[in-house]
Amino acid sequence: MSAINYSEKIPNNVNLAEDRTLQRALEQWQPNFISWWDDMGPDGSTDYDVYLRTAVSVDPQGWASFGHVKMRDYRWGIFLNPGDANREIHFGDHKGEKAWTDVPGEHRANLRRIIVTQGDTEPASVEQQRHLGLTAPSMYDLRNLFQINVEEGRHLWAMVYLLHKHFGRDGREEAEALLDRRSGDENNPRILGAFNEATPDWLSFFMFTYFTDRDGKFQLCALAESAFDPLARTTKFMLTEEAHHMFVGESGVSRVIQRTCAAMNELKTDDVGKLRAAGVIDLPTIQRYLNFHYSVTIDLFGADQSSNAATFYSSGLKGRFEEGKRTDDHVLKGQTYKVLEVQNGQLVEKEVPMLNALNEVLRDDYIKDSVAGVERWNKVIEKAGIPLRLKVPHKAFHRNIGALAGVKVSPEGRPVSEAEWKEKVAQWLPTDDDRAFVASLMGRVVEPGKFANWIAPPVMGINRQPVDFEYVRFN
Amino acid sequence: MNAVVESGVIRQHLIDPEICIRCNTCEATCPVGAITHDDRNYVVRAEVCNSCMACISPCPTGSIDNWRTVPVVRAYSIEEQLGWDELPAELSADELAAEGVTDLAPEAPPAPATAPVEAGTEPAFSSAQVGATLPPWSAAHAYTNLYGPKAAEKSLTATVVGNVRVTEVGKDYDTHHIVLDFGAMPFPVLEGQSIGVLPPGTDDKGRPHHARQYSIASPRNGERPGYNNVSLTIKRVLEDHQGRPVRGVASNYMCDLQVGDKVQVIGPFGTSFLMPNHPRSSIVMICTGTGSAPMRAMTEWRRRLRQSGKFEGGKLMLFFGARTKEELPYFGPLTNLPKDFIDINLAFSRTPDAPKRYVQDLMRERAADLGPLLKEAYFYVCGLKAMEEGVVLALRDIAQQAGLHWDDTAAALKREGRLHLETY
Repeated sequence: MSAINYSEKIPNNVNLAEDRTLQRALEQWQPNFISWWDDMGPDGSTDYDVYLRTAVSVDPQGWASFGHVKMRDYRWGIFLNPGDANREIHFGDHKGEKAWTDVPGEHRANLRRIIVTQGDTEPASVEQQRHLGLTAPSMYDLRNLFQINVEEGRHLWAMVYLLHKHFGRDGREEAEALLDRRSGDENNPRILGAFNEATPDWLSFFMFTYFTDRDGKFQLCALAESAFDPLARTTKFMLTEEAHHMFVGESGVSRVIQRTCAAMNELKTDDVGKLRAAGVIDLPTIQRYLNFHYSVTIDLFGADQSSNAATFYSSGLKGRFEEGKRTDDHVLKGQTYKVLEVQNGQLVEKEVPMLNALNEVLRDDYIKDSVAGVERWNKVIEKAGIPLRLKVPHKAFHRNIGALAGVKVSPEGRPVSEAEWKEKVAQWLPTDDDRAFVASLMGRVVEPGKFANWIAPPVMGINRQPVDFEYVRFN
Repeated sequence: MNAVVESGVIRQHLIDPEICIRCNTCEATCPVGAITHDDRNYVVRAEVCNSCMACISPCPTGSIDNWRTVPVVRAYSIEEQLGWDELPAELSADELAAEGVTDLAPEAPPAPATAPVEAGTEPAFSSAQVGATLPPWSAAHAYTNLYGPKAAEKSLTATVVGNVRVTEVGKDYDTHHIVLDFGAMPFPVLEGQSIGVLPPGTDDKGRPHHARQYSIASPRNGERPGYNNVSLTIKRVLEDHQGRPVRGVASNYMCDLQVGDKVQVIGPFGTSFLMPNHPRSSIVMICTGTGSAPMRAMTEWRRRLRQSGKFEGGKLMLFFGARTKEELPYFGPLTNLPKDFIDINLAFSRTPDAPKRYVQDLMRERAADLGPLLKEAYFYVCGLKAMEEGVVLALRDIAQQAGLHWDDTAAALKREGRLHLETY
């Protein structure tokens, strides 16, 4: 695979120099991107030198090169995993045919929609997180936030490359629109609901990177199976970077829990008031945050029955998670899958054609994966000798998309009346009071090696550097 | 499969289930399909992994970088690994011995990369002018000369309990890691001290050989913690400093010893090249070749203290020179020490197609970090005589860059027992 040519304006491993039209289009888009970064990137960070990981090539040795750089000068570029000229489509109606290196006319609109939807989430999360740097619990965490931000930026580049390269004028217009929409903007919001929610505090940020970036992982995994080879290769490389984002979320929540458990043992109490007075986040509040982020995120997988999902699969645009490792016929015609719906006030399972239920299939794979991490959080609590356990809520809890939208169900999966919901929602979802309390803890701690009181230090630093390394130089 | 260290033993690659976040990056990266997972753990098939390290840098958590020495027949199966909640402890020497593994390759360094002595525009250099004669204030009390010509006991009989060649056979250099056990007899040592070996027989004039001195490479509580033994790093001498062929009497005697052989020793020696023991004390170690022995001892003692969780160490910096990477048997284990524990800088003077680099070049590159340390850290230099002057000159430049007055700094280093030179 080719190394990235840094003498070019846009680092890439796709021989950009040989495609002058594309190169010029991207060179026009680049200043707009930088201007978007200046407007909507991390607040007040212009002069910081940040210890960032930059991809210098896509092989294992080259994609993680560490050094202090200004984020504005981060080498956003275009990297595809190496291709396999003989790759075959391995699912859907085109199974066994050669993978596409260009977009077939009949799938053009759908592919564009998939790529734009994916691409839209990348700048959206940067926008959602742009003020978090002002309340970082440590220099280590600040650096992790910035790493995520620049990599979301690079993922936007990856999608914009596909739009410019394969979708002509439409693609260029979509690429511009990706820079025009704004998270939470009433008139021109981001496409998906969860990406218009604010990320007001670091507990939300960790929950977001654990749950919502994991949605990103599953979407990317499904796209990495695509018959459209450039999309598959782009998303494969993005997955390597995405792993860091989930690491930040999982270890972040884990460290919050660790600190809380330590305080519970020091003070020998599980009294919420006393723990809050001691400046740590009580486990019931963490559970409510978990309930919120989990339920909002599983909505992102879309309606449980969707003819679009069936079309995307059959036409080879989007596979299932780990499609290549599954042992069925990879066509799925005539097969069924169970989805939930409410009949006469009860949740019941209903068999539907599997092809129409592929959103639900991906959601269920996601649920399995995210539950495993929650169990690892529970290990921290268990080690501290505290009996409480965290739990993901029922799939039907607090849903706003699909057959379960608006249905009132408790976290245990019991349908409840409107009255009971109103009475108990404060135990189930973060209240204004919870959010105000968490917000009250958010002071900025950025001396090397120092950590805010509500979070434990990590087990190890980044790139085997010490925890008290100067990850960010403020200049 | 994992690299075979000794016949029947592998360094098995494992993933720490407590730190791993199950992101699948390693499995996706592995070029030989050695990594797999279930709902619980990511695991490595020992018989497939070829230690290519492709998975190491993409891992976001560092959980990927774990290794255990195990007999190949007892390599952890993926079924075992899938059931883990945490990594198993390293097998102890006893457990390995029970599996018939006795000669684990431990660390020990080979050949030196020494700087050329700069021709003198300066007044003649004398290490006595700069080197301290007193130990650090927090050094432990050192016993010396318990055995020797003037002691009640003229020598002590030690038993060889280990002798391993640690450089590759076929290289010019043959360095051995030798473990001596004292049984029930007292031979208390500290890191930085040395021991004398009395080779049997007489020299060509019919006199008994004089004792040869070797730095002890193990910490105060034994090569194996809690045992009355020490380790030595000994290079077989086949030529003299000018390159003329000469067969070193003691080094050849020592390198040829078998486990179970008896050796006459004297000592211990040394009252100033001793490490500080107060919390947050920093140590800078500069060495070439077998001069690494005392550095290994000090590093290992600090590592054991750190592991105990009851000692707050300071900064450890190591500057280590060799001719080429291949001649550094310490290389693997050294780079596995966490960066926040020790800051390791390696110089190779004879790597083909690369410019010569000496320890003092590395020191100058790290001037920004070394400058502040001149005010409080303890410096140890060990290796060939020729390196002394170059190292001291580098320290002088670093001091001047840091805005320190060198003469005052040098005087303080000497007066406070903070610069120790041991060269041969």
